[in-house]
Amino acid sequence: MQRIGVFVCWCGSNIAATVDVSAVAEAVKNEPGVVLATDYQYMCSEVGQAKIKDAIKEHGLTGVVVCSCSPRMHEATFRKTAAAAGLNPYMVEIANIREQCSWIHKDKEEGTEKAIILAKAAIAKLNLNAPLIAGESPVVKRALVIGGGIAGIQTALDIADAGYEVDIVEKSPTIGGKMAQLDKTFPTLDCAACILTPKMVDAAQHEKIHLYTYSEVEKVSGFVGNFTVDIRKKARNVKEDLCTGCGVCMEKCPSKKAKSEFNMGLNARSAIYVPFAQAVPNVPVIDHSACIHYKTGKCGLCEKSCPSDAIDFEQQDEIITREYGAIIAATGFNPIPMDDFDEYGYSQNPDVVTSLEFERLMNAAGPTKGVLLRPSDGKHPKTLVFVQCVGSRDTTECGKPYCSKICCMYTAKHAMLVREKYPDTEVYVFYIDVRTPGKNFDEFQRRAVEQYGVNYVKGMVGKVAEEDGVLKVQASDLISGTQMHIDADMVILAAAIEPDKSARPLATMLTASMDTNDFFTEAHPKLRPVESPTAGVFLSGVCQGPKDIPETVAQAGAAASKVIGLLAKDKLTCNPCVAGASELLCNGCSACQNVCPYGAIEYVEKEINDHGVRETRRVAQVNEAVCQGCGACTVTCPSGAMDLKGFTNKQIMAEVDAICR
Amino acid sequence: MQVEKQETGEFKPLIVAFCCNWCSYAGADLAGTSRLNYPANVKIIRVPCSCRVNPLFILRAFQRGADGVIINGCHPGDCHYSTGNYYARRRMALLFSMLEYLGIEKGRTRVEWVSAAEGQRFAQVMNEFVETIHNLGENKRLEDLRCKR
Amino acid sequence: MQAVEKAIKEKARALLADGTVDRVLGWEKGEYCYDNTPAVFTAENLDSLVYNSFCGANLSKYLIAESKKEGRVLALLKPCDTYSFNQLIKEHRIDREKVYVLGIPCHGIADVEKLNAKGIKGIERITEDGGKLIVQTMYGEKECELNDVLLERCMACKGPEHMVSDDVTEDSAPVELRKHDRFGMVEKLMQMTPDERFEFWRSELSRCIRCNACRNACPACSCLKCVFDNDASGVSSKANVDTFEENMFHIIRAFHVAGRCTDCGECSRVCPQGIPLHLLNRKFIHDINENYGEYQAGADDSSAWPLVDYTQDDVEPGAIKGGKN
Repeated sequence: MQRIGVFVCWCGSNIAATVDVSAVAEAVKNEPGVVLATDYQYMCSEVGQAKIKDAIKEHGLTGVVVCSCSPRMHEATFRKTAAAAGLNPYMVEIANIREQCSWIHKDKEEGTEKAIILAKAAIAKLNLNAPLIAGESPVVKRALVIGGGIAGIQTALDIADAGYEVDIVEKSPTIGGKMAQLDKTFPTLDCAACILTPKMVDAAQHEKIHLYTYSEVEKVSGFVGNFTVDIRKKARNVKEDLCTGCGVCMEKCPSKKAKSEFNMGLNARSAIYVPFAQAVPNVPVIDHSACIHYKTGKCGLCEKSCPSDAIDFEQQDEIITREYGAIIAATGFNPIPMDDFDEYGYSQNPDVVTSLEFERLMNAAGPTKGVLLRPSDGKHPKTLVFVQCVGSRDTTECGKPYCSKICCMYTAKHAMLVREKYPDTEVYVFYIDVRTPGKNFDEFQRRAVEQYGVNYVKGMVGKVAEEDGVLKVQASDLISGTQMHIDADMVILAAAIEPDKSARPLATMLTASMDTNDFFTEAHPKLRPVESPTAGVFLSGVCQGPKDIPETVAQAGAAASKVIGLLAKDKLTCNPCVAGASELLCNGCSACQNVCPYGAIEYVEKEINDHGVRETRRVAQVNEAVCQGCGACTVTCPSGAMDLKGFTNKQIMAEVDAICR
Repeated sequence: MQVEKQETGEFKPLIVAFCCNWCSYAGADLAGTSRLNYPANVKIIRVPCSCRVNPLFILRAFQRGADGVIINGCHPGDCHYSTGNYYARRRMALLFSMLEYLGIEKGRTRVEWVSAAEGQRFAQVMNEFVETIHNLGENKRLEDLRCKR
Repeated sequence: MQAVEKAIKEKARALLADGTVDRVLGWEKGEYCYDNTPAVFTAENLDSLVYNSFCGANLSKYLIAESKKEGRVLALLKPCDTYSFNQLIKEHRIDREKVYVLGIPCHGIADVEKLNAKGIKGIERITEDGGKLIVQTMYGEKECELNDVLLERCMACKGPEHMVSDDVTEDSAPVELRKHDRFGMVEKLMQMTPDERFEFWRSELSRCIRCNACRNACPACSCLKCVFDNDASGVSSKANVDTFEENMFHIIRAFHVAGRCTDCGECSRVCPQGIPLHLLNRKFIHDINENYGEYQAGADDSSAWPLVDYTQDDVEPGAIKGGKN
């Protein structure tokens, strides 16, 4: 028989206002096994925890029930408390009488009655608890960063600087990500390339960092500390070890009509290409869809002209399998497609561009060498209209319900830069709200208005239609309540940003959860913002939610520090709530093996002594370091041989019985 | 509960809700954090995953006098264990169909996918489910008379 | 069928003689001629092996125990028994190496209840020839069409092919079985109102005496120890004392074999109370076929059965109709 102590927490008035806590303690004191039932204002406080510890010693408790907030909040706390008093931490059960009782009910009688039932269920379960001892598993001291943008680069650098090996997997031919495409950065207006490219080079040259560019994660198995990852290294058709990056192949390539991804399709590139001059690694890749050799079997000029014989048309994709202790998702974002926003005529008019395209048009290394020329006729635009919140804060089907966060600031930046470079231009910005929280952000936006004379208009653009080379912009000014008609030369859309499309399949591989917008979910929105709920998976950058560069870098560093904390450990304590099969009951049918997501179940031939009958049987064995404790096997097992520690069949049925009593 | 039924004459259905630890239980917590109301008749049992819910538990609940049983898990594709809820979905789809085939009222059992972010939905689902069970009335077809008080 | 019985015995004798097998799993006459019972033979008692229209018992399940013994056993498997055999191979319950499967032809099994209903009682001996039954009774010889007295499961016959065999006894005179819609009764039940369905099953299941004959005969229900017998499981129960326990037992039994049940019909055949238990299993098969794709358990010995499998776009619980509302 257990000796159970029940501790009912008031949580100040959070619980006590709706639940008569002393009545709860009184009602359970005669439950089986209960030797002590008491209440206190804050069980989680030092004094509260001391009460539990003292009671364990004084009453020789074998188990503790805490009626308090959600176990997701303080189960770990009270387990530590119990352990500190010499009790097995898994002899603690929580009755959730706050989130699932006092906070949802208003009637005190009803709340008290429910709290008593929840307490009784926890007591019934605890009566069947057995001490559990956590196993240990080793930690592979290497991290994998998925995504080579500023977030991934910063995380990798920080981890590598701490002395751990890091691999970066980047799906495009170069690292750098979106930041490499930006012209200037707010609020300081320093050039993006000037601050990013040194970091790219640092990453490439760091002895602890290995880059897998033009590569994708194909398969992930394992668990925290012990992930096994298959990386598909796509065929570049250029041997990385031989290529010197001289660029002759690109010059000689006769196929020069492929759209440059880096320049947002605003100019062309050759079939063999590096995305941009400062690409890391500076090794070209052959675009099969544009290459004459792959289309007709002829050409091969690059191969002939390469001075170091680096071209390899036969090169195949390669699968590299590596082990990691931690994985960091840094998959970044893309602007949403503008095709569904007919009102702005993006698809029809080349002079209606997205902000990222505008970045390229303003950039000295861009298609126009930094001279602002409109795409349709190469003329210098005089009137520019910026539209904010295109698809952001938009609850219709084509938009996104969230604020993309960076648009207010980069639009102000664009408007300011245009006015500075070309004082002869007229610039309008249409906005719903201007949101500029951040250090020096509001000052920056105000400068655009006050010093640079940008016309900020609260209101939305209703329609953009081209007429004789002029973009007729119809808009409403919400403050004056008037309709506006502007003849513009260019319209720039601040398109909402969305997580990269690779994030969703990656989340599935990592078994990491995502929100409805495909942003990765953090383990706790406030307290664990850089960790995924899936142990060993960390989040860096916009894949977790919209962010600007300073925030991204801060989060990247935070993720790195969490990873370093993990890799610094030699061993991890495993979850002891794992499955286990009774050898006497196991039929050897393999049903459990079929449903185990971790391959944690093996079958062995074993001599079994079944009440005096000795025979060799095929029985299931669970690898406790691999089992994550989902319980899929337990329900598949018809004989009930498979059970889950901490959530046994009998424990759950005891809870059911207690609730239905 | 049963005693109360006789005393007041009003039917207060008893609902057992199995919630997976990672999504639905957190969703239920969020409903609480957001102070969203749903009836006290709903009692939650925490399980690691919806795939931990054995049909035996469901029948046991009915045996002991539950009027409705609802299983909540992560949305398909979002399972913390990646595939648990897919198995749960098949198991429960077949089990529920069987119960209905045996003449048990449709709607007495239910599966809902509720994410950790859907506190609002959790409360809404519980309110709806309680109402459904209220309309169906007491569970008489899957009860054990010996368990009646 | 007499020719088949003769051929089987010859084959068995030869295999025993040349040492291929050490014993034979077949049927012997039970207390009555219509309850032929599984039995193990050696060369000495092989003469008492019978094979006729009353050899309904599915021998596959007996191979779980037989294949644990020393030596090799010759198993006489009718086409439908081979499905169960495959399923048990898939579940690693039978040591395939220790079994020599002789596929034997089947012309359908006679239902003694249906014979009795036709006024054919006091049966002493039965022979079948080209689909015609010649029945010796204590009241003289009677004749009838086998098709008129077929066991329910044979009216949903899966065909004359053996899914697995080491050798096959040829059928010199195959017969055409009269079949009915396998899911006809399931669908009829689904068309009833919930109240009618409840009444139907109550009147059927309330007759259950928990003799466990269904469990003992079922090749899929072959746990070393059933949860209902295990005191540690928390749900053990021996006899029905409340309507709930009949329901619980039969729902869980059907659920545990769902996706693994080959629809061999042994449960209904052996039920002393005549409860149509196969209608529970067939409901699961019906739902599986409609929602997860046609699946015949035991058609192969390796595929993942539907309940240990999934697709990402499976139907939601509640979407499968148990019956009319």
